[in-house]
Amino acid sequence: MKKYILDLTVRTVERISPKHVLIRLTDDKPLPEMVPGQFVEVRVDGSATTFLRRPISINFVDREQNELWLMVAMVGDGTRRLGELKAGDKLNCVLPLGNGFLFQSDRIALHKALLVGGGVGVAPLLYLGAQMKEQGMEPTFLLGARTASDLLMLDEFKKYGRVCVTTEDGSEGEKGFVTNHSLLQQEHFDMIYTCGPTPMMKAVARYAKEKDIECEASLENLMACGLGACLCCVEKTTEGNLCVCKDGPVFNIKKLLWQN
Amino acid sequence: MAKLNVNIGALSLKNPVMTASGTFGYGLEFADFMPLDGIGGIIVKGTTLKPREGNDYPRMAETASGMLNCVGLQNKGVDYFCEHIYPQIKDIDTNMIVNVSGSSPEDYAECAARIDALEKIPAIELNISCPNVKDGGMAFGVTCAGASSVVKAVRQAYHKTLIVKLSPNVTDITEIARAVEAEGADSVSLINTLMGMAIDIEKRKKVLSIGTGGLSGPAVKPVALRMVYQVAKAVKIPVVGLGGISTAKDAIEFLMCGATAIEIGTANFLDPAVSIKVRDGINDWLDQHGCQSVEEIIGVV
Repeated sequence: MKKYILDLTVRTVERISPKHVLIRLTDDKPLPEMVPGQFVEVRVDGSATTFLRRPISINFVDREQNELWLMVAMVGDGTRRLGELKAGDKLNCVLPLGNGFLFQSDRIALHKALLVGGGVGVAPLLYLGAQMKEQGMEPTFLLGARTASDLLMLDEFKKYGRVCVTTEDGSEGEKGFVTNHSLLQQEHFDMIYTCGPTPMMKAVARYAKEKDIECEASLENLMACGLGACLCCVEKTTEGNLCVCKDGPVFNIKKLLWQN
Repeated sequence: MAKLNVNIGALSLKNPVMTASGTFGYGLEFADFMPLDGIGGIIVKGTTLKPREGNDYPRMAETASGMLNCVGLQNKGVDYFCEHIYPQIKDIDTNMIVNVSGSSPEDYAECAARIDALEKIPAIELNISCPNVKDGGMAFGVTCAGASSVVKAVRQAYHKTLIVKLSPNVTDITEIARAVEAEGADSVSLINTLMGMAIDIEKRKKVLSIGTGGLSGPAVKPVALRMVYQVAKAVKIPVVGLGGISTAKDAIEFLMCGATAIEIGTANFLDPAVSIKVRDGINDWLDQHGCQSVEEIIGVV
């Protein structure tokens, strides 16, 4: 898939939680081909402490509106700057990067998929779920957060499948972590996709292994280049050190050396 | 349109802009963003005789105007390079230069000898300055005797253009430069990264897996420029300058300090097409200032 450096135009910046914004970007030309699970390296201007680009998951691609959506958690000065963007501002993006989730093969497409996300890690699952629905699948989303106000874009997720929720304080959905949700005991899934905090993904991977379910996890190791050139973001795998930016960010959990 | 071509020993460069080892992969990773044959050379990832896994993650820490890395020469070894990577890059119409590292003079020489046999690799850059490996690397580059021993061994095994990449983590870099010149190096490139550290104050721990790493990016440019200036005055062989170059202005500063060519490193991460822009910017500046050739500004300071 061809990669581009584009100055995209900010259409809207919407506050979707106290700590998160949704940035909708557009361009004069049709946006490049992108697949769920890929990411964008954005340049952050005007932040003295932000030297490198920031990798941000592709949250959604709206072809009708020619929009690329990025969900940003404002954790440091650089991401706070992104949250301060205004309509009409330019955002320099290198995209699309990484491999994406595997879901289009006939073998998998027929099956029942569970998409498990936590925190800002829910971001790539929206586009994945939307693409699955477009191909006739019915994804189930299992989304976790600390508290109700941290649950992100639930109404959007509901457009593409059933949504189950957990919060650590019980303020919405079932109380506890995603892996405690009753759904996991009641139903069988053939494929699990997960993105979120590493402890959560490891717990999901443990569940998938116990039940012998295929599982893909999207990692977010610290990156510099995003292109597989600097070898900074490596993850230990059955094939040695692989770049999360180029060989990932999505890995089948069988390839990862996570200790369970 | 000014003349941009320069020579490093027997090596002809169509322009003085190259990309630095470890920041540009094998070039192919950047082919979507810029014409690879538009720059004077591509110095590919550090290659060793045997495969190396490199250091554990985390290998990177962002710093003010720069970054630290401790990748530790992860590569699949010279045989893998010759068999699998060389065929993919040999027809890129620019100087494809291999950065060579090792843990003993014999190691370096053996690795260099295998690359000597590759027709389309006209030069190597000998890395005696990697700060992130215990066995070899910078250990050779910080003493005259160590640097000499590696260059001597490699010079016997390697017959094309030999560039030696120097460490800034020394008391007097000109001494090392003179020592490698005396052993037959065709050129020196400098600087490799400056050794540094970063601390995570919440975890009360070092950020990088091995504790220390090499600092690169605009933060190191003034240091690099000073060293290039000193070395260019100290040796007769051509000097390749690098360290924090991200604009044509930066590159011209290095050229004026005596560099015959320059390398762009960390800036490739911020703008994957930056090296072409630097080339064009050098050309524009020369045109605007009535220079016929880039050689008119080399070492004018």
